[in-house]
Amino acid sequence: MIKFDNIVKSFNGKPILKGIDGEFEKGKVNQIIGASGTGKSVLIKCIVGLITPDEGDVFYNDRNFFRSDRQERKNIRREIGMLFQGSALFDSKTVEENVRFPLDLLTKMTAEEKLDRVNFCLERVHLENSNSKMPSELSGGMKKRVGIARAIVMNSNYLFCDEPNSGLDPGTSITIDNLIKEITDEFETTTVVVTHDMNSVVEIGDNIIFLYKGEKLWQGDKSNIMEADCKELEDFMMSSKLVREARASWKG
Amino acid sequence: MKLFGRYILFLQQMITQREPFKVYVKLVTDECYKIGVGSVFIFVLVSTFMGAVTAVQTAYNLISPFIPDYVISLVTRDMAILELAPTVMGIVFAGKVGSNLASELGTMRITEQVDAIEVMGINSVSYLVLPKVIASLIVYPLLVILAAGLMIYGGYVAGILSEVITKEEYVYGLRADFLEFNVTFGLIKSVVFAFLISSISSFWGFYTQGGALEVGQASTKAVTTSCIAILTADYLLAQLLLT
Repeated sequence: MIKFDNIVKSFNGKPILKGIDGEFEKGKVNQIIGASGTGKSVLIKCIVGLITPDEGDVFYNDRNFFRSDRQERKNIRREIGMLFQGSALFDSKTVEENVRFPLDLLTKMTAEEKLDRVNFCLERVHLENSNSKMPSELSGGMKKRVGIARAIVMNSNYLFCDEPNSGLDPGTSITIDNLIKEITDEFETTTVVVTHDMNSVVEIGDNIIFLYKGEKLWQGDKSNIMEADCKELEDFMMSSKLVREARASWKG
Repeated sequence: MKLFGRYILFLQQMITQREPFKVYVKLVTDECYKIGVGSVFIFVLVSTFMGAVTAVQTAYNLISPFIPDYVISLVTRDMAILELAPTVMGIVFAGKVGSNLASELGTMRITEQVDAIEVMGINSVSYLVLPKVIASLIVYPLLVILAAGLMIYGGYVAGILSEVITKEEYVYGLRADFLEFNVTFGLIKSVVFAFLISSISSFWGFYTQGGALEVGQASTKAVTTSCIAILTADYLLAQLLLT
């Protein structure tokens, strides 16, 4: 479980996050949604410690990340896997080397054990026999899947995904969403997904936080998001024609 | 001053919280190959011509009949060892390797590859920058030795071809009044410059923010700042060690 209290962050005096609290549960797909520029990516980067918040605390199973010593922070980070918006694969390494990278640096596994683990993760994301491909040879969706394989290779307890659907066609987006959901269920990870894809929200959102201008305005799940009493969330959702139609048919 | 403080903290982060030693062995070897082999051609070309030009221009300036011709090779030798090989080639090294380091790290930064390393609990500065700095410290002095040798050889070829000096006089001049400390001084400079070029260029690349335009700007800043640092350090080292 991840808990965060009163996260405040400003850049050059401009407030981006204005005291955000929340909790992400284990074994669930937790989503942070909101329009562009509302602070979603800043919040996720504060939670994983890539950005230090001006105020606030982040707890990983009662371990306070920002008040931990260097070694403890390192230990927490080694339980984190993250899929970045642009996949962030290392250009000069093959798919296998990319997925194996954390194992090479952080474990004492033998070469054979590492290869088994890499192959298992690649199979899990349906990318068998892609070991020797370079990132430049992969499509956007394949890059995301390699990113997911790298994120789970260390048996991470926490999986963070920053806009996993950005730049993907609707079909591939659904595949990635399903993959994230399957992995969350199978490995019991605490998964946090930043998205503004409403399709993804209604498909896999077990716990949803809605951000608006740096504030948390609503929290719920996919079952009650349609009846949320929040004008800003309604405006955000209704910007999608698909959702408008879905809501109209849902309301009957 | 704020920027300088940030650079010092960057260096501190590079040498503290390192990963295990064995991690760096392969990285340093790869970087040595990339930096060293990649720079050999430009070093051979520039240093040979620079030595040739030094010999010909020294001959052109020796108008007094009382100055022996072997002074041409003596001047070429001392110029090469003391200044041209470590300092001028340092500027070439900054242009070739410094800009490359800055753009490589800058691209890694804007494509979130640096964040990906950081989020795994790996010290990204130490993992990415330290091997480049160590490789430069190993490779640049070797390149300087190569450059100095080629400058002297370039001067020899140009001197003979343009008939401003005979073979015997050139070799005599190379041996005349030779100070071993000059070689030591040239190598000290090469180590200092290698550190400055690699660390300053990496610093600019590592803290790039934005997109392709900013990567280009970081690359330019890396070269200009490295050149200023080389010239300043050159003067300070000369003051400290030669006076």
